[in-house]
Amino acid sequence: MEQNENFLQVRDLVVEYTSGGQVVHAVNGVSLSLDRGQTLGLVGETGAGKTTIAKAILDILPNPPAKVRSGEILVDGQDILKLSEHEKLKIRGNKIAMIFQDPMTALNPVMSVGEQITEAVLLHNDFTRTQAEARTVEMLEMVGIPGQRYVEFPHQFSGGMKQRVVIAMALACDPELLLADEPTTALDVTIQAQVLEMINDLKTKLNTSMILITHDLGVVAETCDNVAVIYAGKIVEFGTKRDLFKAPAHPYTLGLFDSLPKMDDDSKELHPIPGLPPDPTNLPRGCSFHPRCPRATEACSREGEIPMIELSPGHFCRCIRTGGNN
Amino acid sequence: MEEKNALVEIQGLKKYFSSAGGINHAVDDINMKIQRRTTMGVVGESGCGKSTLGRTIIRLYDPTEGKILLDGEDITEVRGRKLRKVRERMQIIFQDPYSSLNPRMSVEETIREPLKESRRFSRKELEEKVDELMDQVGIEDRLRLSYPHEMDGGRRQRVGIARAIALNPDFIMCDEPVSALDVSIQAQVLNLLMRLQDRLGLTYMFVTHDLSVVRHISDNISVMYLGQLVETAPTRELFRNQLHPYTKALLSAIPSIDIDRPMQRVQLKGEITSAINPKPGCRFAPRCLFATEACNQPQTLTEVEKDHFVSCCRVNEIN
Repeated sequence: MEQNENFLQVRDLVVEYTSGGQVVHAVNGVSLSLDRGQTLGLVGETGAGKTTIAKAILDILPNPPAKVRSGEILVDGQDILKLSEHEKLKIRGNKIAMIFQDPMTALNPVMSVGEQITEAVLLHNDFTRTQAEARTVEMLEMVGIPGQRYVEFPHQFSGGMKQRVVIAMALACDPELLLADEPTTALDVTIQAQVLEMINDLKTKLNTSMILITHDLGVVAETCDNVAVIYAGKIVEFGTKRDLFKAPAHPYTLGLFDSLPKMDDDSKELHPIPGLPPDPTNLPRGCSFHPRCPRATEACSREGEIPMIELSPGHFCRCIRTGGNN
Repeated sequence: MEEKNALVEIQGLKKYFSSAGGINHAVDDINMKIQRRTTMGVVGESGCGKSTLGRTIIRLYDPTEGKILLDGEDITEVRGRKLRKVRERMQIIFQDPYSSLNPRMSVEETIREPLKESRRFSRKELEEKVDELMDQVGIEDRLRLSYPHEMDGGRRQRVGIARAIALNPDFIMCDEPVSALDVSIQAQVLNLLMRLQDRLGLTYMFVTHDLSVVRHISDNISVMYLGQLVETAPTRELFRNQLHPYTKALLSAIPSIDIDRPMQRVQLKGEITSAINPKPGCRFAPRCLFATEACNQPQTLTEVEKDHFVSCCRVNEIN
């Protein structure tokens, strides 16, 4: 995964939450990198740690209960975690912006949508109010909302429109990195199609890098260059979109594909992954997936880190039963 | 769509709500037949009235107009004890198992409640029934005394299912039952629903916005747009040959996991509007690429091919 000119590099990120005296191991040594203009998909189920990774990149995890135990997050070579609060403010919403999953709760209900975007623009740019308002109108129109709706409040917009407002706000300061946390999960498919197309267009136009968090493999297939599959706070497989969709290797990735009802297959029975994701306060020894894995052997439950194996250039898999010896 | 023995039949069903902006035509003149032991999938976007339709059919809402027949018997107006009997035969599984279960009742109590209410079982029989139901839906016995907050979404949904099948219903209206679940858990619950249908001879109405799920589980599919039925056909036929412009757009919008198949997407302009004080005529027309003057006239659902009904006056010209 090491490449030069990486705009974003995350190294060995470990994040824990403390709750009721118990330690929740949310992110357990995640490393990833992202080039300019590229989109990386983070795929995994609820509780896998996807959102925690994104929030750690912005350093907006609530502390307590969350604590970044170790790791480095380099943006343009600068370690975010080592910056002062004042310097972080300059990066958040400016260099790195985030689109949250639920547009209904991401907007201020008692402020017009235009004001909310203008506020962000004024905060990060040397604009006069008039310039900032003009920029807001420009952004609204870019995402397909007529400029006259500047004065309207969030409740006057539909879900899809609200998500566009959130996207307009995120893009208003020309971020270099966009963290999109399930940006279309709350939307209907036809609106999802419009929003994904819009995000793809804007990304190409502005050469923005993006991390797209989703549980929907179809969305990944349409938008991402690279994909990281996360299970219990670890990347279990990483590769290009082609690697992941044409030659998935990790038993968990295979399980995810098997769980999906196929559009072109009439078989009656689905093949779900048996069992449940592990309790993050008490992760299994060895490979976290071994209790649910059809290929697991005794070796998989031995103490110690399962290494990432490079199956082909750029395609990594964290499984001792896959790859070289198989 | 055969004429004989539909378990559930609705005729000209309407459900209007009054809202601040006027009258919301949430369900507007819908005809539908659901055959015994089959699944009718109902798809459409949020606000299209699919849940309202389901809830009106099982008499959670009083219909504004129209008829609901259960096994040939008119249940549109039944009240009191008779309605209770109808409710035993028509059950519902809700989308969010967390908010639909009582947080202060254990698994055992939740499943026992409908059985107890029916006053048909002795104390001993109640316990046996609870055991049997937990076994049928795959909830481990050790969870008997657990509360909803102690369980994951998949297990909570299993409890909701156990409760729905407790009194041997004929018909279950499944209102987005797997939308809140992760894919691996979603597959477990879908398998369970299909197994129960086979074993207990259930008839489902399956309301969802997830088209790959609906394709997997349904025998027939109805597509709704702003309170109206725009197209209905057997599942295979609908996925092979969509005739209504909205259905085409809806199906083409599904993100595909096949990265080699180029997307040929029918992009829609605009967004779903609302069913408040609608104009006569096709409600999809403002977003439709093929709309003409004629679309401002009221549309009728017509059988275009065998069992394949479409509500579009331009269906022959555009296909």
